[in-house]
Amino acid sequence: MKLSIQVNEGPYNHEASVSALNYTKAALEAGHEIFRVFFYHDGVNNGTRYTTPPQDDINIANTWSELAEKHGLDLVVCVAAAQRRGIVDEGEQQRNGKDGNNIAAGFRISGLGQLIEAGIQSDRLVVFGD
Amino acid sequence: MSDIKKFMYVNRKAPYGTIYAWESLEVVLIGAAFEQDVSLAFVDDGVYQLCKGQDTTGLGIKNFSATYRALGDYDVSKLYVEKESLEARGLTLDDLMPLTYEDADDDYAEKDSIRVVSSQEMAELFEQSDVLFNF
Repeated sequence: MKLSIQVNEGPYNHEASVSALNYTKAALEAGHEIFRVFFYHDGVNNGTRYTTPPQDDINIANTWSELAEKHGLDLVVCVAAAQRRGIVDEGEQQRNGKDGNNIAAGFRISGLGQLIEAGIQSDRLVVFGD
Repeated sequence: MSDIKKFMYVNRKAPYGTIYAWESLEVVLIGAAFEQDVSLAFVDDGVYQLCKGQDTTGLGIKNFSATYRALGDYDVSKLYVEKESLEARGLTLDDLMPLTYEDADDDYAEKDSIRVVSSQEMAELFEQSDVLFNF
């Protein structure tokens, strides 16, 4: 089955983020296709490479990045939600005159149309959040 | 677009206090450009999103309630409000903003966008949907 995942909550604050990660891993292991993972609301905070949890805890951003590299996942961070919350890639850095960027490997910033397209193209859209 | 899906946006949260309601509306506005069959549901505290007379001056944050009035212009004309959620909060249809759209199939007659439905009817609408966005 072709699946898309929507992540609506930030890492550590809410279990939805790690549940989405576990679900995505399980779906891939079961042979399903992940069309896209879309990060919205505080979910955009999953996509900063500056995440530095204590060593005995999971690094959620890195785990998404590793999973993306291994399986060629399309991890999309909503641009409007990202701008509000300070998640920046190189393009956004230049466009908005910021002094740096923080997007994690394997993530890209794009528009809400990517979420709508995921809904149209996938057999199921699975939403994680409150 | 050849394959049109039934999109249902479920709004469950009060308009202020969290950003879910506003960012949900942003998805609806962007999604309108994709020419899908769009419906919005308002349940639980989500019914407060449509209340008349919203005033955020004391909060110091943006009052976005006027944006709901623009939905008709985006061909978003099916706003389902759960009857039980209204009743549990002491609200009636009169407490909600009068939202309308122009019906292209009926000589552009102005019609009400808000339809109050029972939780049973709401469940059936969810069942008939292809894509459920949950906010």
